[in-house]
Amino acid sequence: MKKKLTTVEFRGTKEQEKALIAVIDELRDTKGAMMPILQKAQGIYGYLPIEAMKIIAEHTGVSLEEIYGIASFYAQFSLNPKGKHAIAVCLGTACYVKGSKDILDRISLVLGLEAGNTSKDGKYSLEATRCIGACGLAPVMTVGNDVYGKVKKEDVDGILAKYAD
Amino acid sequence: MIRTHVLVCGGTGCTSSGSVAIREALVKEIAAKGIADEVKVVGTGCFGLCALGPIMIVYPDGTFYSMVKIEDVPEIVEEHLLKGRVVERLEYYDAKTEALIKEGKQVGLKDTNFYSKQKRVVLRNCGLINPEVIEEYIARDGYKALGKVLTEMTPETVVDTMLKSGLRGRGGAGFPTGRKWMFAAQQPAGKKYVCCNADEGDPGAFMDRSVLEGDPHAVLEAMAIAGYAIGSDQGYIYVRAEYPIAIHRLEIAIKQAREYGFLGKNIFGTDFNFDIQLRLGAGAFVCGEETALMTSIEGKRGEPRPRPPFPAVKGLFGRPTILNNVETLANVAQIILNGPEWFTAMGTEKSPGTKVFALGGKIVNTGLVEVPMGTTLREVVEEIGGGIPNGKKFKAAQTGGPSGGCLPASLIDTPIDFDSLIAAGSMMGSGGLIVMDETTCMVDIARFFLDFTVDESCGKCTPCRIGTRRLLEILDKIIAGEGTLEDIDKLEELCTFIKSASLCALGQTAPNPVLSTLRFFRDEYIAHVVDKKCPAGVCKNLMRYHINPDLCKGCSACSRVCPVGAISGEIKSPFTIDTTKCIKCGACMEKCRFNAIEKI
Repeated sequence: MKKKLTTVEFRGTKEQEKALIAVIDELRDTKGAMMPILQKAQGIYGYLPIEAMKIIAEHTGVSLEEIYGIASFYAQFSLNPKGKHAIAVCLGTACYVKGSKDILDRISLVLGLEAGNTSKDGKYSLEATRCIGACGLAPVMTVGNDVYGKVKKEDVDGILAKYAD
Repeated sequence: MIRTHVLVCGGTGCTSSGSVAIREALVKEIAAKGIADEVKVVGTGCFGLCALGPIMIVYPDGTFYSMVKIEDVPEIVEEHLLKGRVVERLEYYDAKTEALIKEGKQVGLKDTNFYSKQKRVVLRNCGLINPEVIEEYIARDGYKALGKVLTEMTPETVVDTMLKSGLRGRGGAGFPTGRKWMFAAQQPAGKKYVCCNADEGDPGAFMDRSVLEGDPHAVLEAMAIAGYAIGSDQGYIYVRAEYPIAIHRLEIAIKQAREYGFLGKNIFGTDFNFDIQLRLGAGAFVCGEETALMTSIEGKRGEPRPRPPFPAVKGLFGRPTILNNVETLANVAQIILNGPEWFTAMGTEKSPGTKVFALGGKIVNTGLVEVPMGTTLREVVEEIGGGIPNGKKFKAAQTGGPSGGCLPASLIDTPIDFDSLIAAGSMMGSGGLIVMDETTCMVDIARFFLDFTVDESCGKCTPCRIGTRRLLEILDKIIAGEGTLEDIDKLEELCTFIKSASLCALGQTAPNPVLSTLRFFRDEYIAHVVDKKCPAGVCKNLMRYHINPDLCKGCSACSRVCPVGAISGEIKSPFTIDTTKCIKCGACMEKCRFNAIEKI
């Protein structure tokens, strides 16, 4: 998936920076620590802003290019902040043959949001994910930590309505 | 004195459908009834029947409850746990157990069609023990194999046992595990690594996840055994970050194993040291490839590199390394304890043992099954899987995910083992088995997998990076109704180039879904390009919705549900669809009570 750097303004705090530097220091002697550092950085900021990558580069001595290369390689790393309600529809094979594409299309239509994007007001983000391993419940969609299984196209509007705030 | 155990599934499927809250409610209700010291609630790993979750089993009688809701908890406690009367309305039965019930027999989970054909070796503890309590694993002979290996066997005899067992890698390729271990053991002493591939990237597969969630110690024990066999003191488990429950249980398991002295220094009082670190994958399919996985553990972009040198010679951090898949490892302790002859007695001659499959798609019993190698596809789909829902016909089963192929109805009697599947143009893969019915379009499925590989191609080698994209473009053209017969030939030609020229297994196998659908469903491709029709009615450009005026009652339900206002008409006379506005979402068809809307 092509990744674009975010246009959302960076709002990192001093505390977050401190936490990130603590993580880097803690993993200083671990072999191959870049992935865990990036994963923890994403945990701290909610996404991987270029500003965080710069801090990592500064404190590890690894070039920013290389760090960006790693961050953009793996699907898990998000260069964009997620919406308040992060919606994901599983497009693994089991869900796909049970019509999860139709569900994604319906959400896209209702929210006016293409998969992979965050709405301008930051309220929703929509993602088509790889298999989340809940194939027994196919088709599956998630909103934040809530999992909805055996979703029918006509259920979509009702599910979204729960997250209107 | 505990008289009854209530096992509640805590696998991903059941957790997603609310099993944690049910477990908590059970504990509370049991305490309220004052029987907390007689009835114990145990959270376990996956039982396998994910479609019917949340699942609960009550022992000693073995009553199997499915689709339990939180509201059912007081009744289960009051009736069953207190008064000993089974809550029949929640009890799961199939055709087979229903007959037995009629005969007045007490039936349990093991009597159902779903379970009776299975042979659980890898999944032996899943759904039976609490994976977060090491003592429960030990009570099931856990870490006994490690003790035996360290105190009674030499590293050479361990490797020899694995060679004799004929165990083949369950990650997909089927390479003999014993040979991998032998190559690494033969390398000069020094730092060596044992890696476990738990980066289950095949969409529609969740075997490894269920083993990690249900029986994490089995994997740790096997890694320590492997460490002893090849002379390594450090293991890494590379697990998908998308599997939070599995990660959590692995963390607990590693901690407990260290406390018991099964990991760490001087294990079992010997001079053998071994420890394990977890590394989280970050969502890259290519990292399931061994060299890419190791590059990723090293903290770099997970790109593969050419082999040789093979990892057994030069792997992680440039040192000799073995990499085994979760399911492969879950067999190891059992082979050590029961002997290689026990293992070769199961399955077929060239594919001994069992295989776990994640059954999914258009099948009644979606879930996790483990069968001896050589079981036919028909047995898995029709007997264990319970057939196709809604009276639809079986069309194909897809195995091997994006690297595999499909088996059509004519090959439903194919025995499932490594070699038979390759002969049939598919492959074992890691164990995803997706069933498709007549409403699945095979061209669309081929496109689906190509879309996946294009996305996941790491970009290092040209045949994969550009070749798969060209394949996808041709498939898009066919699906849009603009394909020609020449395109089909071009597809085939391009597939052979990509297969022979790509650097790693991802590229080499990427064309398989196209080749295999072309082999068995060429007529569907031809229907798309010549007749401009999608026989399954899936490809939206090749079909349109139409209201049959003879059946339409003019109720206006369709026009009210249409999101784009494409349907109009007067009440009580037939409505019509403006096909230029229609986005083919199908909402009207679902809404119509008179079956007046058809796809043509």
